[in-house]
Amino acid sequence: MTMKINWYKFSAPSAFYPLAGKLIPWFWALAALFGVVGLWLGLLVAPTDFQQGEGYRIIFVHVGASWMSMFIYVVMAFWAAIGLAFNTRLSGMMAAALAPTGVLFTFVSLWTGAFWGKPMWGAWWVWDARMTSELILLFLYIGFIALTRAIDDPRRADKAGALLALVGVVNIPIIYFSVKWWNTLHQGASVSLSKGSSMAAIMLWGMLFCALAMWMYTIAVVLTRARGIILERERHTEWVKTLLTQNAPIAPIAQAKAK
Amino acid sequence: MNVILHIIARDLRLALRRPADLASVLFFFIIVASLFPLGVGPETDLLRRLAPGVLWVGALLATMLSLPRMFADDFYDGALEQLALAPYPLGFVVLGKTLAHWLVSGLPLAILAPLLGLQFDLPGDTLLILAGSILLGTPALSGIGAIGAALTLGLRGGGVLLSLLVLPLYIPVLIFGAGAVDASMSGISPNAHLFLLAALTVGGVAFAPWAAAAALKIALE
Amino acid sequence: MYWNSFSDFLHMGGYGLYVWGSFGMTALLMVAEPWLAARQHRRIVTRLARQLRAEAKTETGASR
Repeated sequence: MTMKINWYKFSAPSAFYPLAGKLIPWFWALAALFGVVGLWLGLLVAPTDFQQGEGYRIIFVHVGASWMSMFIYVVMAFWAAIGLAFNTRLSGMMAAALAPTGVLFTFVSLWTGAFWGKPMWGAWWVWDARMTSELILLFLYIGFIALTRAIDDPRRADKAGALLALVGVVNIPIIYFSVKWWNTLHQGASVSLSKGSSMAAIMLWGMLFCALAMWMYTIAVVLTRARGIILERERHTEWVKTLLTQNAPIAPIAQAKAK
Repeated sequence: MNVILHIIARDLRLALRRPADLASVLFFFIIVASLFPLGVGPETDLLRRLAPGVLWVGALLATMLSLPRMFADDFYDGALEQLALAPYPLGFVVLGKTLAHWLVSGLPLAILAPLLGLQFDLPGDTLLILAGSILLGTPALSGIGAIGAALTLGLRGGGVLLSLLVLPLYIPVLIFGAGAVDASMSGISPNAHLFLLAALTVGGVAFAPWAAAAALKIALE
Repeated sequence: MYWNSFSDFLHMGGYGLYVWGSFGMTALLMVAEPWLAARQHRRIVTRLARQLRAEAKTETGASR
């Protein structure tokens, strides 16, 4: 019951803003911690792969980035559904804050895929089912950003973006299936980046920690961006005015103490 | 049901008042298909291999040309607002408009496609599959396009934005459509492709109008 | 520790360009993005604060 009340409380931008400010440093710390462990395992401890040589170490960034690129879209669609169903202001802002980070990880996934493909497949780009799907995902993200930026009224932008994200998330499995089908018909590259050979446990752990680091990074950077969007959108409200005139706008802890 | 037929008849009447629009869609298709041989060279074997993809991409782009018009005229003269307030669901209206859009884009393109297929030296039964696959696939394109048209209604640079939103979602239709033609040309049964294309069209026509109706309501608020 | 020397580590068994090209771009973007997001946030704060001060001034000016 208390849980429920808290949720409602923090779905208000005025409560969410200082909470996010307090959480961000913790997520940065976790991201750094997981990142150091993941890179230490991946680059320094893990042995070489007998099939792919040292080139396989690219998976430590590639796999995490690919996971995040897909996961962020699903989270965006989740916020979109919440926003359309309950008409909450915060959900649209969260979706808008998530999209650029989704683009970043999709791009990283494509980039690292290309840098893996060059030595393994002999080409920077191969129309492999996963790579092609990732490219289409990039198009979907860019469509979302372009649509929400083209609409001046933020409420309409949120709702139109939410609808597009939902349409996209319904279509992603269909697109993935069709690309896979197309790829098998045309007999594309068969070596896979993420399961080229049986993975040693240490490699899996390294991958896991790198992915966790990216996860924590995503939360931290998305919260930072969401805070900016919240201020911008809520600039005419009383709480933003008091927050900004109290002269401690960047330190939310001081803000909380003042209350 | 009557609503849908009424909307189709109305949109068709409006479209027939502007025959130049329909003609430009068809000519766009012809020109795109004719540019490719000029770009890649006139070798018959190469052209035959490229034909399914080229003709399908050309048809797909051609159906997109008239999408910005789908709701724009009704939006600016206020008719859309009245339709949204009408006692029947807006989804039916969008379904009618989707079908009307298909009748003046997908259907004529499917009839024209075999002619262009001849330019690429496609064999006779493949020409039939080409027309059939375009006939079967373009309703899904009109449905998905309706969502894009509704989302970008009244926006600056709506046309380019519309293509940015809609083209990635067209990919499955393109894959199965061109795949059917490709399969028939290499002597494999195109049925699997055509069934999947039909599934996409049924899904697209059944669900897309409701998403587009929701998008229209957002635009009208 | 898996590596014998630092140059071995950089060389990555001949895959140096690809491995470091991947890690480098990832690191670059994952540093640039938070920096840009934080800068954007700071800018919004200063811009809105300035707007508020300007509004407050015009209000007091009008009441006089």
